[in-house]
Amino acid sequence: MNLQGDRRLRRRRIVNRLAEGSATVAALLAVLVLGIVVWSIAKRGAGELSWGFLTKDLPLFGQPGGGIAPLLVGSALLVGIATAIALPVAVLIAVFLEEFASPRVGAAIQLCVDLLNGLPSIIIGVFVFGLLVYGHPQNGWAGSVGLSIVMLPLVTRATQEVLRLVPTSQREGALALGASRWRTVLGITLPSAAGGILTGTVLAVARAVGETAPLLFATSIFGRTIEWNPGHALPNLPVQIFIWSESDLPEDHARAWASALVLLIFVLVTSLTARLVLARTRRRMG
Amino acid sequence: MSAVPMTQELRGGRRLRDRFGDRLLLIVTSAAGLGAVVLIGFIAYKVIRGAHLALSTFGLPFVWHTAWDTNKNVFGAAPGLYGTAVTSLIALLIATPLALGIALFLSELAPRSLRLVVGSLVETLAAIPSVVLGLWGILVLGPFLADHVEPWLHNSFGFLPIFSGTPQSSGIFVAGVILAIMVVPIVASVCRELFLSVPPELEEGALALGATRWEMVRGVVLSSSRPGIGAAVILGLGRALGEAIAVTQVIGAGWFIRSSLFAPGDTLASRIAGQYQGAVSKLQIASLFYLAAILLVIGLLTNLLAQIVVKRFAFQRTGGS
Amino acid sequence: MSQGVTMPPMRPVDVAVRQETESQTHETVFDIQGLQAGYGSNVAIKGVDLEIYRNVITAVIGPSGCGKSTFIRCLNRMNDEVPSFRHEGTILYHGVDLYGDGVEPVEVRRRIGMVFQKANPFPKTIYDNVAWAPRVLGLKKDLDERVEKALQSAALWDEVKDRLKRSALSLSGGQQQRLCIARAIAIEPEVLLLDEPASALDPIATQRIEELMQSLKQDYTIVIVTHNMQQAARVADRTAFFSIDSDEDGRYGVLVEYDETPKIFTAPSDRRTEDYVTGRFG
Repeated sequence: MNLQGDRRLRRRRIVNRLAEGSATVAALLAVLVLGIVVWSIAKRGAGELSWGFLTKDLPLFGQPGGGIAPLLVGSALLVGIATAIALPVAVLIAVFLEEFASPRVGAAIQLCVDLLNGLPSIIIGVFVFGLLVYGHPQNGWAGSVGLSIVMLPLVTRATQEVLRLVPTSQREGALALGASRWRTVLGITLPSAAGGILTGTVLAVARAVGETAPLLFATSIFGRTIEWNPGHALPNLPVQIFIWSESDLPEDHARAWASALVLLIFVLVTSLTARLVLARTRRRMG
Repeated sequence: MSAVPMTQELRGGRRLRDRFGDRLLLIVTSAAGLGAVVLIGFIAYKVIRGAHLALSTFGLPFVWHTAWDTNKNVFGAAPGLYGTAVTSLIALLIATPLALGIALFLSELAPRSLRLVVGSLVETLAAIPSVVLGLWGILVLGPFLADHVEPWLHNSFGFLPIFSGTPQSSGIFVAGVILAIMVVPIVASVCRELFLSVPPELEEGALALGATRWEMVRGVVLSSSRPGIGAAVILGLGRALGEAIAVTQVIGAGWFIRSSLFAPGDTLASRIAGQYQGAVSKLQIASLFYLAAILLVIGLLTNLLAQIVVKRFAFQRTGGS
Repeated sequence: MSQGVTMPPMRPVDVAVRQETESQTHETVFDIQGLQAGYGSNVAIKGVDLEIYRNVITAVIGPSGCGKSTFIRCLNRMNDEVPSFRHEGTILYHGVDLYGDGVEPVEVRRRIGMVFQKANPFPKTIYDNVAWAPRVLGLKKDLDERVEKALQSAALWDEVKDRLKRSALSLSGGQQQRLCIARAIAIEPEVLLLDEPASALDPIATQRIEELMQSLKQDYTIVIVTHNMQQAARVADRTAFFSIDSDEDGRYGVLVEYDETPKIFTAPSDRRTEDYVTGRFG
């Protein structure tokens, strides 16, 4: 009795090893690329990074020094306003889809949300340009509207997911107590979904803060000082990194690396935290 | 004590308020839902409306004309279409096998503890802002490819026109590689979900017949996920087609069609993004809108296709034979 | 054992046949000694000693949680697929240690086929379900005949011969399970392990599977796990009764009694067996 297999089996085993090996290598490669990207940005960006860099105004053209304070303020304003627009609308859409919509209507709206999600962000940039910038000066509002269109499908999806996790028994419990639909939704369903909606929003913020294309035609020509008025063009991190990366000056590259590091740290920290919280919420709720 | 006041209260104010509240909630939420539909339509309308002047001046031939001459005010989309197609193709050729490998590793091979770590690292790759990846692409990846990969391709396969020409640190090839990095996490995460949804009984059934793990994967996991893999790749394609910023940074901006992949070029999206500092004429702006309209149509069709494939696949799996 | 209904005229032949049958009946396929198996720190079965004989249907019965499935999955190393699986003791297969050095689980499973509780046909055509494993194993010669023979042995051929290219998922539950049996025997294994093959089927489909087992017995050694005592009594030549025991290791399954089926059901020597087969057990 020979249970070690014949030559053919040996060949099949080699093929199996090769396939398993390739899959493992592919996974390693992805991790490696991530490591290299993060490492090269950290290495090149850390040198430039200082308190002054974070708090000073943008450098004068061709001059050394300067900082990115206006970019931080501008990006915060842009994303803050975008969140204020996208969050309520997204929650309403999600409530409609999960609580009210008939299958047919629901499918149509779901399709539109998915299409919005797949829309190239440069299209959103062009749309916002045509709607709010063409014929006017550049302004922060237009940029925020663009970012809110990026965020809308993401927050809608996240909200839908948590709404689905709210146990039916809770809803039925509330309805059985004689509570009306709107009281149930506002008083029971949404509060128990709030945590999930928040983490979904944080993930969308992490995505929006790095989006460049929607801002490119809306708020890319700005001054070098802090700007608080969204009626004017707002300096912002992604567009400035883009501009510096296209420059030929080594100082600009250094600034680009340092700004990219700031942006990357913010994005990675927020999205990783949100993901961890989300994983825990999912495990707790279902 | 007496039921009368309570009944009256039930029928009275509270009920009215509840009915009003229910009605209001329904109206507000359905308006928002309708808003999503209107928004898509409005975006399409605005973009096509913006292209009006170019549409009336150039008509459909704009799509296959190659010029982009601001002096003569003549514009065409062909080089951008070519660049979009070629960079996306390179991206998918690199990304698809890698993503399938990653998905198989995460769903079939890796021990439980590694799955979570490696899975979230791959997702983190997708979270890197494209402008940051583009910066890395132009200053690190581009020079690396130009020094090490492109010369090798040129020396080994230089007889092919696509690998002729001198290696450069920015161009179509570099753009394709950067896009591949952006597409991999998307395709990998969709495929992982697909593979995880293959019933374990099927996998056991194959193994019990004396198949090796790879034979099981090929015969059961891959073959029963084929349409889903197709949809995942199409979703990745949608991402690659539309990416503007990172491509603009690494593609080198050139409105022409060259056979060499090392040469600079442009995609529809990168040409639009590259013109952010302002256009000379109204016709040029309208032409940018025209490019955007073409991209919009391609993007919507791609996404629709992916949706249809997914729907039909879900139907197949749930027992429609 | 009771093969000769009509007596052949010549005595020497008769004796020879009888001797061969005897020796076949007693040839040991599995010799299991001191088997302990479990997942992680949980012990599922402990101290199992058992011999399984060739061309005999052996049933494994017992209350749920007694480790029947763990036991049968040790016999073709299916448990290797569970990362936390661990075992002690030996299982000799025709004298070879199944878990010994150099033994290929893939080769083991190819020789020791398995049919599962829930019919698990691949989402392929009926033909491809049966032909898949032979193709993978390189048995491509006369594939059509092989498929037909397997389907005939599984008593399914007449029902599906006109729709071999249809999806296997279009078959009824009982047909799907017989397709899984055909799939298993298409690669000509030596042993068939059946893990509660009829538990999800209606009585008529169950009866067909049971009849099928009787005809397969000529060519295969069959081990069947069942929670259905009547089924064991109907189909099995020998029956092993597992029960649950507990000590500081927690609750685990043990082999209580193993004998000819009639004896297990009419004159068991252990009190626990008697309680179980007479329905006094939980």
